[in-house]
Amino acid sequence: MARVSFTIDGRSVEAEEGENLLKAARENGVDIPGLCWMEKLTPSSSCRMCIVKIEGQRGLAAACATAAQEGMAVTAFDEELEDYRRTTLELILSEHNYDCGVCSKNGECELQALAFRYDLGVDQPKRITVPAIWKKTPMPVDRSSPVLTYDATRCIRCGRCIASCDEIQGKQVIDFIHRGARSFVSPSMSMWSNSSCDGCGECVQACPTAGLTEKPLVERFRSFEVERRVRTTCVYCGVGCQLDLWIKGGRIVRVRGADVEPNRGRLCVKGRFGYQFVDHAERLTVPLVRKDGELVEAEWDEALDLVARKLGDIKAKSGSSALAGLASAKCTNEENYLFQKFVRAVLGTNSVDHCARLCHAPTVAGLGKAFGSGAMTNSIPELADADCILVTGCNVTETHPVTSTYIKNAVRKGATLIVIDPRRIDLVPKAGLWLRQKPGSDVAWINGMINVMIEENLVDREFIAGRTENFEALKDLVASYTPRRVEQISGIPEEKLREAARLYAKSERSAIVYAMGITQHVTGTDNVLSLANLAMAAGQIGRPSTGVNPLRGQNNVQGACDMGALPDVYPGYQRVDRSEAAEKFRAAWGVESLSPEPGLTVNEIMQGALSGTVKGLYVMGENPMLSDPNLQHVEEALKAVDFLVVQDLFLSETARLADVVLPAVSFAEKEGSFTNSDRSVLRVRAAVPAPGKARTDWEIVAELSTRMGYPMKYESASEIMDEAAALTPIYGGISHARLDRETLHWPCPAPDHPGTLFLHGTKFSRGKGAFHPVDWIPPAELPDEEYPFVLSTGRMLFHYHTATMTRRSEPLNRFAPGAYAEIDPEDLAELGGADGSTLKVTSRRGSIEIPARASPRVARGTIFIPFHYAEAPANMLTNDALDPVSKIPEFKVAACAIEVLK
Amino acid sequence: MATPLTERLKADGTAVSIGEYEASGGYRGLEKARAMSGHEVLDLVKASGLRGRGGAGFPTGMKWSFVPAKDDGGPRYFVVNADEKEPGTMKDRILLEGDPHQIVEGIAIASRAIGAEHAFIYIRGEYLASAAALERAIAEATERGLVGRPEEGRGPEIEIHLSSGRYLCGEETGLLNALEGKRPNPRNKPPFPQVSGLWGRPTVVNNVETVANLPHILREGPEWFKALSPGSDAGTKLYGVSGWVAKPGVWEMPMGATVREILEGKAGGMAEGRVLRGFLPGGASTDFLGPDKLDLRMDFDSVGKAGSRLGTGTMVVLDDKTCPVGMVLSLERFFSRESCGWCTPCREGLPWIVRILEALEEGRGEEGDLERLEDLSRKLAPGRTFCALAPGAVEPLQSALKLFREDFEAHLRRKGCPWK
Ligand SMILES: Cc1cc2nc3c(=O)[nH]c(=O)nc-3n(C[C@H](O)[C@H](O)[C@H](O)COP(=O)(O)O)c2cc1C
Ligand code: SF4
Ligand code: SF4
Ligand code: SF4
Ligand code: SF4
Ligand code: FES
Repeated sequence: MARVSFTIDGRSVEAEEGENLLKAARENGVDIPGLCWMEKLTPSSSCRMCIVKIEGQRGLAAACATAAQEGMAVTAFDEELEDYRRTTLELILSEHNYDCGVCSKNGECELQALAFRYDLGVDQPKRITVPAIWKKTPMPVDRSSPVLTYDATRCIRCGRCIASCDEIQGKQVIDFIHRGARSFVSPSMSMWSNSSCDGCGECVQACPTAGLTEKPLVERFRSFEVERRVRTTCVYCGVGCQLDLWIKGGRIVRVRGADVEPNRGRLCVKGRFGYQFVDHAERLTVPLVRKDGELVEAEWDEALDLVARKLGDIKAKSGSSALAGLASAKCTNEENYLFQKFVRAVLGTNSVDHCARLCHAPTVAGLGKAFGSGAMTNSIPELADADCILVTGCNVTETHPVTSTYIKNAVRKGATLIVIDPRRIDLVPKAGLWLRQKPGSDVAWINGMINVMIEENLVDREFIAGRTENFEALKDLVASYTPRRVEQISGIPEEKLREAARLYAKSERSAIVYAMGITQHVTGTDNVLSLANLAMAAGQIGRPSTGVNPLRGQNNVQGACDMGALPDVYPGYQRVDRSEAAEKFRAAWGVESLSPEPGLTVNEIMQGALSGTVKGLYVMGENPMLSDPNLQHVEEALKAVDFLVVQDLFLSETARLADVVLPAVSFAEKEGSFTNSDRSVLRVRAAVPAPGKARTDWEIVAELSTRMGYPMKYESASEIMDEAAALTPIYGGISHARLDRETLHWPCPAPDHPGTLFLHGTKFSRGKGAFHPVDWIPPAELPDEEYPFVLSTGRMLFHYHTATMTRRSEPLNRFAPGAYAEIDPEDLAELGGADGSTLKVTSRRGSIEIPARASPRVARGTIFIPFHYAEAPANMLTNDALDPVSKIPEFKVAACAIEVLK
Repeated sequence: MATPLTERLKADGTAVSIGEYEASGGYRGLEKARAMSGHEVLDLVKASGLRGRGGAGFPTGMKWSFVPAKDDGGPRYFVVNADEKEPGTMKDRILLEGDPHQIVEGIAIASRAIGAEHAFIYIRGEYLASAAALERAIAEATERGLVGRPEEGRGPEIEIHLSSGRYLCGEETGLLNALEGKRPNPRNKPPFPQVSGLWGRPTVVNNVETVANLPHILREGPEWFKALSPGSDAGTKLYGVSGWVAKPGVWEMPMGATVREILEGKAGGMAEGRVLRGFLPGGASTDFLGPDKLDLRMDFDSVGKAGSRLGTGTMVVLDDKTCPVGMVLSLERFFSRESCGWCTPCREGLPWIVRILEALEEGRGEEGDLERLEDLSRKLAPGRTFCALAPGAVEPLQSALKLFREDFEAHLRRKGCPWK
């Protein structure tokens, strides 16, 4: 864009042509006041504080509604303008509960700052002898939301909250109601607690005054009491939002979204309000050792010595293969690196795995085979610029909340959204097309779409010829997947399938977004391969805002995989059964030998424990007691091992079964990095002191290793990252020093490499993209007479994983206090129940009791249960049938029977 | 004296039927327009000198010409503003209830000119009789294939939207938001509706009376239209008078009739025992003029030169037995209540004005109050607020402060209203 020059108060200044005049003026040091303008939002030009004169223009103009143009002559300050602004400010103050002394925004309020600038005290506004209108407002303060408070008496009606909720978050929950001076902000249908507000807090972050404030979750504070603001990465989901933790007296008192990638200031309710767990009274502060059947407090030395001795004994007696470790998608890259190093170099086995097995193992396997790299091909914010987005098997708004906002931004800009999901997920009303497939029919509809693309000549021939291989085989296979046949398998009407294929193939930039609805099947890897086929056939990959984008569940599930917390690969997906890789690691780690045998996966570890081949298990920050399928079996397995060590923040369901429990520290108490879903490596920084004697996971691992005869000496997490980077080509250029300065997406092979925003630009990681023709096979367990319903499990917005952290954060619990099963209202009625009835849900593996929630979100004949709740653990019911390639269990389809109890 | 807009109206108040309408030359203008290109229709309306009757007097042809000439294939909309909520104004209702086909034909002509295949009539919620008459007219015209078949070049499809009632819904961008189902706050301009209006598409909003002129202009030609008036503004105008006059009402007269011709000739002069002190020439949101302006021509330019606006052309008369402060107060209460609350000066400024006027009326006035009112009037002037509501609202106030200064001062001096 061209630069233009013009004058402000006679001084010549420069700006981009068409740039917002208010912004341009401020950037040039001319501080024009303004209260309603925010760069990210459409200017509302409502406060009228930024009014200026423009030569040759009649009347005054709001600078925030004016575009900078060559040669314009702007008057920003003269007596008339300042007089006008002073009166405008007086007017605002006259209808304001002007009581800064007790206001929590004291010191950071934009209105207060302007009142100070214009020297307008409480008595200054003229003629407020007549009672102000706000004093008569019937319900001036709405405290009903678990996370925020709206105070109409402190609201200046700037509309920033409304526009933020609408334009940034895409939620449209709030607007002004009533007219004139009686207008105020209100969520649809009366109170905040009755609205569809999900507590993301975007509106609060945008508010210039105390109109909207966060509820004080820990203690009240004023901004000038805040000692530090620490930039770090959210601990909850795979978006990897950047946050600023505000610290007062060693405690987190507020969380704000940082205005950088990937979240651009946005957060969800968990990231912003889910921090109470950090200084929760139930945090583990000292090691616990089981004595006479009871877990009792112990010193670190005692606990570590015991662990070292027990693990050493098992190794000596039964060999390395009797040991296994579960790493953690919640821990940092550095900790996962060290953990797998410990398991491989010290315990001597490759049996290290983590819960990625339960969510995206098929992604790693499938995309690895097709493209050569098993991760999101594009970056999250790129979605906002896509023309067509196909979302499948993924309730984005609840599981990747901030990613969902980018999808909504794209729709707002005119993109077409296609949702292919059995559930009526939140995005459905925004979708141009919603196809409701039968659970377990994914390979069929994807093959069907490719069939249509071939028939209607919509495939990208050039891309296929130049960049891929094996298309002919795919062509042969999909020939039988005619839309008619696909309709029979999947229930998707023929015409809709065609329409989806056309939209996806013809749009300039189409992106596929998927998650566990695709992977958690016995055909998980096949599903992923099929999506890869689809993207390559349409040539919708290797460009900005396209690609195949698996949304990874947990904050660091990507990093844990990258760091080799998998049984078949070292860090950077270097296979343990390839001798060069093994030799490289052996030499670097200074050990005599490393096992060339791939280790056991999570489920194999559990099976091994049951059968007695696995005798010692070391669990770092995982809770398989709630997350794994067929829980009865998991509990038996964990009880069967001779020695179980669990390292965690809380006495989780799994920790309760342990022989030794080691207290670890939370994300807010340690240094390191997480790698989010879009391959950005993001810094985690210590903000508050650790409680009691808790220690970082890497310190614990290093201590233990040293006690087992393999000394590990690191001064800091940064040093561990340096070691990992030297051995992991895709992380080769990554160091904490760089991460402190810039956002880097792997692959980033060298210190001067800028990182890679989107993958497979000119060539695929594996060279040519490989088509893998796959046939549809039915799910492992289909409903029958005895078990007539299909059960799906999954996540919800307000809780995370096994909810050890979220259920210890009061507001999240208030939003979603208890377990429930979503069931179609008519199905429920036929069973003789109603909303709130207690259901007994039984599968071939177990049974749970759970309240019913009548919901049109699920299709008839299906039932959905979030897996977070210990009191009604959905995974008592799920099937541990595995995908043969990636060994993922089929969480998304289990046959069950339902009975109404009361 | 020709009265093309009202001559068909029936004494019994029932609506002119399609048969009656066609028999008296109705739909002939549309037929002509269909024989011309959209651009030719636009040029013809431009040449007629027709200016918008909604209040601002913007030349209609020029307004239409801002619609992008190039057809990008997307929809365009024509919208009739029938919200008519200006206090003292009731001219559009007569046309809607009495001769709805005239509006339907006008809509079809305007839609032809701008290439709209879909039109909306945004109608005041209380105007149920008007809506019913229009509904019948649209059905009749559709049945005859005159409108409603855009795919055959016989557009547009016309939809009636009943307003939920708020003064600001008459402001054209607030109206568009309301049509979209949103809160009727006005929009930032630019972009103007002609470029980005309803659902972001090119849209023209015209007043009912403006639209009613179109069939006649098309049928009789621009020269005939210009010849209807003696002055520089073309056509006829629906003038109205309310207040203490002998016969309040609405009459069609040549554009540029004098105040005396309207007030004395049509409204029969002041009511028994009342003396004229001043009048708002064009509805509640125009400046007061004094009795010295009886020979003023009521057209856009003349009234503008005299220091007010023609507005909607419906006068509100102030007599000697009514307190000017009280009258202004009642107007400002209306505007203050109807402020949408979007922008600061109007949202908080109008209640301030109301509270100061109340204080004057109740004897709580203070030194400096009149200056404060003047100051606020200046700060709510055009270009200072977000839309034209507030500038309109302060027009009666600022002019009353000049014209009836001694009455305001008397309120201060006597600590209360001398009329009470
Ligand atoms: C507060 C406010 C209320 C208005 N109400 C009306 C109305 O009720 N009817 C109307 O035709 N124009 C009304 N207008 C004027 C419209 O904004 C617009 O100028 C008019 O509809 C244009 O039509 P015209 O070009 O045919 O005059 C109002 C303007 C403002 C600022
Ligand atoms: S918290 Fe989020 S969803 Fe709720 S009103 Fe604010 S922006 Fe909207
Ligand atoms: S709550 Fe805050 S952001 Fe919203 S309108 Fe009021 S002052 Fe503005
Ligand atoms: S949970 Fe996910 S979306 Fe929410 S703030 Fe954290 S990283 Fe962002
Ligand atoms: S001038 Fe009044 S009506 Fe117009 S936008 Fe401002 S507050 Fe709303
Ligand atoms: S900042 Fe421009 S009007 Fe508020």
